[in-house]
Amino acid sequence: MYNFDFVSPGSVADAVSALQAEEAQALGGGQTLLPTMKQRLAQPSTLVSLSGLSEMLGVSSDGGVMTIGGATTHATVAAEAGAYPALAGLASHIGDPAVRNRGTLGGSLANNDPAACYPSAVLGSGATVVTNAREIAADDYFQGMFTTALEEGEIITAVKFPIPEKGNYQKFLQPASRFALVGVFVAKYADGVRVAVTGASEDGVHRWSEAEAALSANFSAAALDGLSVSADGMITDLHGTDAYRAHLVKVMTGRAVAAAA
Amino acid sequence: MPKDGGIGASTKRREDLRFLTGRGKYTDDINLQNQTYAHFVRSDVAHGTINSINASAAEAMPGVARVFTAKDFEGVGGVPCGWQVTDRHGQPMQEPKHPVLAEGKVRHVGDPIAVVVADTLEQAQDAAEKLEIDITELPAVIDMKDALQDGATKVHDDLTSNLCYDWGFVEENRDAVDEAIKGAHHVTTLELKNNRLVANPMEPRVAVGDYDFSTDEHTLYTTSQNPHVIRLLMGAFVLGIPEHKLRVVAPDVGGGFGAKIYHYAEEAFCTFAAKAIGRPVKWTSSRSEAFMSDAHGRDHVTKIELAMDENGKFLALRTDTHANMGAYLSTFAPSIPTWLHGTLMAGNYTTPLIYVNVKAVFTNTVPVDAYRGAGRPEATFQLERVVDKAAREMGIDPVELRRRNFITEFPYATPVAVEYDTGDYHATMDKLLEMSDHAGFEARAAESKANGKLRGFGIAHYIEACGIAPSNLVGQLGARAGLYESATVRVNATGSISVMTGSHSHGQGHETSFAQVVSEMIGIDANQIDIVHGDTSKTPMGMGTYGSRSIAVGGSAMVRATEKIINKAKKIASHLLEASEGDIEFKNGEFTVAGTDKSVAWGDVTLAAYVPHNYPLEEMEPGLEETAFYDPANFTYPSGAYGCEVEVDPETGKVTVLGFSAADDFGNIINPMIVEGQVHGGLAQGIGQAMIENCAYDDQGQLLSGSYMDYAMPRADDLPMFKVDHSSITPCTHNPLGVKGCGEAGAIGSPPALVNAVVDALQRAGHDVTHIDMPLSPDRVWAAMNS
Ligand SMILES: Cc1cc2nc3c(=O)[nH]c(=O)nc-3n(C[C@H](O)[C@H](O)[C@H](O)COP(=O)(O)OP(=O)(O)OC[C@H]3O[C@@H](n4cnc5c(N)ncnc54)[C@H](O)[C@@H]3O)c2cc1C
Repeated sequence: MYNFDFVSPGSVADAVSALQAEEAQALGGGQTLLPTMKQRLAQPSTLVSLSGLSEMLGVSSDGGVMTIGGATTHATVAAEAGAYPALAGLASHIGDPAVRNRGTLGGSLANNDPAACYPSAVLGSGATVVTNAREIAADDYFQGMFTTALEEGEIITAVKFPIPEKGNYQKFLQPASRFALVGVFVAKYADGVRVAVTGASEDGVHRWSEAEAALSANFSAAALDGLSVSADGMITDLHGTDAYRAHLVKVMTGRAVAAAA
Repeated sequence: MPKDGGIGASTKRREDLRFLTGRGKYTDDINLQNQTYAHFVRSDVAHGTINSINASAAEAMPGVARVFTAKDFEGVGGVPCGWQVTDRHGQPMQEPKHPVLAEGKVRHVGDPIAVVVADTLEQAQDAAEKLEIDITELPAVIDMKDALQDGATKVHDDLTSNLCYDWGFVEENRDAVDEAIKGAHHVTTLELKNNRLVANPMEPRVAVGDYDFSTDEHTLYTTSQNPHVIRLLMGAFVLGIPEHKLRVVAPDVGGGFGAKIYHYAEEAFCTFAAKAIGRPVKWTSSRSEAFMSDAHGRDHVTKIELAMDENGKFLALRTDTHANMGAYLSTFAPSIPTWLHGTLMAGNYTTPLIYVNVKAVFTNTVPVDAYRGAGRPEATFQLERVVDKAAREMGIDPVELRRRNFITEFPYATPVAVEYDTGDYHATMDKLLEMSDHAGFEARAAESKANGKLRGFGIAHYIEACGIAPSNLVGQLGARAGLYESATVRVNATGSISVMTGSHSHGQGHETSFAQVVSEMIGIDANQIDIVHGDTSKTPMGMGTYGSRSIAVGGSAMVRATEKIINKAKKIASHLLEASEGDIEFKNGEFTVAGTDKSVAWGDVTLAAYVPHNYPLEEMEPGLEETAFYDPANFTYPSGAYGCEVEVDPETGKVTVLGFSAADDFGNIINPMIVEGQVHGGLAQGIGQAMIENCAYDDQGQLLSGSYMDYAMPRADDLPMFKVDHSSITPCTHNPLGVKGCGEAGAIGSPPALVNAVVDALQRAGHDVTHIDMPLSPDRVWAAMNS
């Protein structure tokens, strides 16, 4: 690890200005950033810690929308997002207790790992990513592996999740990292069903529109019967081929529909 | 009932108090005054020519003591190999030099090129970034068969090819085996891989070198399973330091699994550099370094053929194996695919004719050496897989086919040079079927089917050979070491005892179980006995711990030394009791004169030995301390029946291990709880290998599984609750305790049981799948079902 300065701002506004410094970087729970720094793969000059900012903490629901602060840990979401069981369930299966007690929603979304869980919930819920500067619709936010709509120094302060009638997240574990080899988030709203897939594609988290259409017409696993997922653009690695991932997308979608509550 | 703290008691492990309360003292806990830190700069390409190394900018960085490269090691030897295998044609294996730091060429990702030594680790790392290393990348050879092609890139330019040796065993049987296979009623053939593994002990490797110019003494603290072996190899072959000036200490060691047997370049480096810069030098491996510098395990590719008559009687067995050596020969690497593998190919069966061919191959990968089981898992895996396949092809139940071919008369001389002293394979098989409720399997399978899952049951019956021996024989086979063990039993004046053993404990619980043996023999409380190990300045020359040898060989040495103590103590007692020696009886720590009520206590005798006022000084020296070296007459042969029950999710290919039963024959048992723990650990590693562990390279020689993000270690929820039993006991006939060893069995017997179970599940569901290479990850199982 290289030397760095550590700043603990008192407000989002202070954090935003601290992030103007050259090579400054936001620090959430550090579960992605610190290992990268330990391996000398990242060299921020200043870390601006967001984890103590009360403006960015907590889970609240109002009028069918759940708002979660960007610095809220996975463990807090698991414990307090009971009004959105699919989301609480997803959070409760991220990593291990240490990761869940440190890692944050904002950090996960800013990082946008192609195998991470949260991006599928945000995209699958059609959520809104709230930053210090603007509101970004989920469909505009995710732009490919490790790529997002965030500008330099922009902070995710909260995410607004419309609570669906039914939802579920199915995660098929990559056996080593236990990230998602394939994860599928299904959410059924009055105006239609959204299906978001993580872990599978070289383009990162994405929606499966054929399934959305079929499930919007008939919300049952059987509705997927005639569909197939193309292996084109799916990831092939040590843990699974593109064809296997494509196959799992359908299986996990069916299971998510069956389990949706 | 076993005596409290004696043989057969499940005494709680005394060492756990310090391990569980954070008071263990591991190598990384050792910090010496004025210590420096070494940072190794390692190759990031699999093969390349080092054109130049410019260290001047690095050396000018703050805190840097010195930068070392191969030039600094011109005057010393290479890291030696401890075993020379002779090939089919009577020629010695090809043995390349293994320099401490890469000379002219790098040969695998992780090969050390230079070392920066500085006041702090961060300074060493900062300076390392200023090193200018110019390397021209060369084509790499990764696949063993590619490496043997004519014109293949050579890993070592000075060797004739990438073939280390072509070994045939038993060479004289070659033609007879070919004939028998040609004429057989049925031949079952199977091609398989034994996947490469990374040992991943919880504690990474660490070395701290120290040198005292005022006494010319070197000390190396290191994470080793055998400090005396390191002292010998490093002192005599690499650095030229005589034993009396070199002390090697292996304090608490957090797991080894084989990977900490070998003498590594980092040990020689720290010892050498400490003298060169006049300050202690410490190196602690990062986990990433461990993946590319600890010796890997397994990595065999095999074709096996089993010939049978119409009743399924085994007639002949032929195997053709390619064994990956990696880029250099690690300490015992050549012996693993040969003497620890070929000699086990009879398994539990009466197969009269066996021929094993092994081609050991150099590739641009990390060196491969023994990993828990070492050669025996590879032998067991292919044999128990081919027997299972044969059973299906012959339409004979796999249990029945094994039973038809079991060896039942002992001693039994196999056609592959070893002689099993005892065993009862039907007994362990019976026990297994009972423990695993084999009879109830069909009902459980039906239940799974109703839930849309495929259930399967797999069996493996293993033989293994522990306590490799005797020394004169292994010498003929190419070992450049003896394989005895030593112990000094030092009785203190007031009767307490220190046992200095050449065995080394790195998780096995010797401090508890060895004390139980002496407690039983002397009849004093086990708490009066301390086991001292891991320091060449304290223990007699011993060979350390691997190959499940500690209780069978180290324990036997301790028994012999304790017998000498008892003999001498009896003489002292006879003097004190004014009785003839022949009339002295010794029991429960008390010497009595037969047929009288005269007695003297252990403590009085030991006191007399050290305060010899009333003592036969004319006949005997005072003191009570004895040493024994024990060289076993034969290997020991644990065996057992393992059963695995799995469920396969047909939609995803995911395998769930529902149950695992192990019925072992370990001979006599010293501490059942420790034995169970050893089996549990072995099973976890074997199931890990079969299900998820996989060390993979791409064809450029980059490690694809270089961290826990991609190398899957088994976790508690990957494993079922184990059922283990060791009540089938046929004691070893040639060591004093009748013990066989239990350290590796779990890792040997479990992979074939698991793969057999998955194949069973798929075949029951109508899939024409006869084999899947390990690990049986979901994608592979799914691909096999859908091919
Ligand atoms: C062992 C392990 C297992 C894991 N398993 C899983 C898993 O199963 N599923 C899964 O989804 N994830 C998993 N993770 C990742 C985990 O969820 C991380 O916590 C998460 O990806 C990053 O969140 P963080 O708060 O730790 O961010 P940090 O590591 O602090 O930061 C990550 C990046 O986000 C930026 N950042 C942080 N907060 C904000 C913010 N509010 N606004 C803008 N930018 C910000 C940082 O500058 C940095 O670039 C695992 C991690 C580990 C170590």
